[in-house]
Amino acid sequence: MIEALVKIAILLGGLMTAAAYFVLLERRMAAWIQDRVGPNRVGIPLTKIRVLGLGQPLADGVKFITKEEYTPAHVDKRLYVLAPIVILVAALATFAVIPFGSMIPATVFGYRLAEKPIELVVAPGANVGMIYVFALSSIAVYGVILGGWASNNKYSFLGALRSSAQLIAYELPLGLGLLGVVLASGSMDLGVIIGSQASSGIWFAIAQPLGFCVFVVAAFAEAARLPFDLPECEQELVGGYHTEYSGIKLLLFLVAEFLHMIAASFLIVILFLGGWHFWGLTGGSAEIDGWGLAWSGAPWLQGLLRIVVLMTKITLVIVGFMIIRWSWPRFRFDQLMALAWKVMLPLGLINFVAVAMMQQLQAVFTGAMGPSWLMVPIAWGVAVAAWLGITWAAPMIADNRPRRELDPWEIDSQI
Amino acid sequence: MIFAAMDWHAFFFWMFALLTCGFALAVLFSNNVVHMAFYLILSLGASAGLFFLAGAEFVGAMQLMIYVGGTLVLVIFGVMLTAQSRFVSMETRSGEWVVALGVGGSLLFMLMITAFNVEDWRSPNPRQGEVTVAETQVVSQIGLGFAGVRVDKLDQPDGQLRGGMSGYLLPFVIVSIHLLVVLIGAAYMARTKRRKDVSGGRS
Repeated sequence: MIEALVKIAILLGGLMTAAAYFVLLERRMAAWIQDRVGPNRVGIPLTKIRVLGLGQPLADGVKFITKEEYTPAHVDKRLYVLAPIVILVAALATFAVIPFGSMIPATVFGYRLAEKPIELVVAPGANVGMIYVFALSSIAVYGVILGGWASNNKYSFLGALRSSAQLIAYELPLGLGLLGVVLASGSMDLGVIIGSQASSGIWFAIAQPLGFCVFVVAAFAEAARLPFDLPECEQELVGGYHTEYSGIKLLLFLVAEFLHMIAASFLIVILFLGGWHFWGLTGGSAEIDGWGLAWSGAPWLQGLLRIVVLMTKITLVIVGFMIIRWSWPRFRFDQLMALAWKVMLPLGLINFVAVAMMQQLQAVFTGAMGPSWLMVPIAWGVAVAAWLGITWAAPMIADNRPRRELDPWEIDSQI
Repeated sequence: MIFAAMDWHAFFFWMFALLTCGFALAVLFSNNVVHMAFYLILSLGASAGLFFLAGAEFVGAMQLMIYVGGTLVLVIFGVMLTAQSRFVSMETRSGEWVVALGVGGSLLFMLMITAFNVEDWRSPNPRQGEVTVAETQVVSQIGLGFAGVRVDKLDQPDGQLRGGMSGYLLPFVIVSIHLLVVLIGAAYMARTKRRKDVSGGRS
């Protein structure tokens, strides 16, 4: 009980701090890409030290909290208040089954921490891990829909409609990209999925490149980041579903969005990029084994190294999210839907069938399950062939000029 | 230690049970359609909490995913898109109350009679201290069960008999084909209709 509470406290504190500082990182990255300086003036409070604008998140937080908490007169009061809470709770609850490291040994420097090694996940051994993550990601839609409806504003409602259509559409490719991983590792438990990549040394991004592509694109769409930020695109919808929000309620929405991005990075890293595993650095066993014999004196160091590797990977993926945000233009809504249903869904299905067939062939010929180097070239061949096939079958129409020779129904059938 | 002293299982059971019932009543007594749908979400979500508490993680996650995350999104969607100002607020007439009480009350009555007929449920469990939460690592077994393996009969010594037991494959396939038919039907009805070639119009 105490152990779980400590883990929850560490996770909440870490996530909130991380969200705050990732906002700063995002603003600095945006400035760097747009050849500006970015926020670099706010220093540490009560001192004259100004390093990289590190006090900015604190100043932002204080500003958000001390702003007037204004509720417009035309909103539906109850749902208007509840919507940001729903979305934040759903975003935070996701992290209950997501591991943020491997394990800490029971004894560190002769000091006994616990009866057995502490697993660094709030709900260890959750057999339904991935189903739970999916369930909560579909609950996050409510925050957006209710917020948009309760605001009683056309732009908010349009943003909510777009958002729910987008989130529901991209849940399918997300699930299909994931199914291949579940099939190959034989479990929905995120810890076991990392363990299967670590013991074979083949990350699923290498073994299932097609599933990786589908999952990453779908994860971007689920996190509603550019190029998929249609629910709140400023140029069209003012602020989308949170147009009418201000002060602390707006802060809750923004934090929840960042948490979605962090959760998406966690999932990408854990499912496809090997979690805490790195070749020759962390050891391949799911348990803390002190690297077999030579290093057996320092199991705590191994545990620490795994946390560092995982966090480094996640930070890199988040930086990738940010670079992509400032490099790609936004999709149009019909392009977004066409991408989901005509490109990502078939690719996901192909990936799923290919993984199932390869697993079966491998089981018949070698008698072993799990990823193996033999299947990697085949998987890449399937990925290239499927990509070319989809490119031929559903070409993206880049020319957006009106085509007067077409009948309305022909245009409709293309959308 | 205060954590050890409290009976956390009972605490969470009462919390989730009260939330479920409270929000179910809120569905009944609120007049706004969207509020009703939202309370229904909370009620179903709290009952998912009860499933988690009973050790049925899979059922709990499915409750969240299918009812809370799937069905009710469509309900809310439909309600929000169709509810114009005169339909948002619904006044229930007294005749409707009578009919609803009659139907709901008779259902409740039947369930209560059935529940109290079960011998074990009438008195508290005399060996309460020995009750443990059931094994929850059942996802792969449920998956195997759907794929046609009788996971509950794996100890059957006769291999031929074991091969003949089909598990839940047939009902599972029937349900999935049913869903496929529904999906194709929906896509057929929602497709873009090709316009009849009207004389004088461009074709």
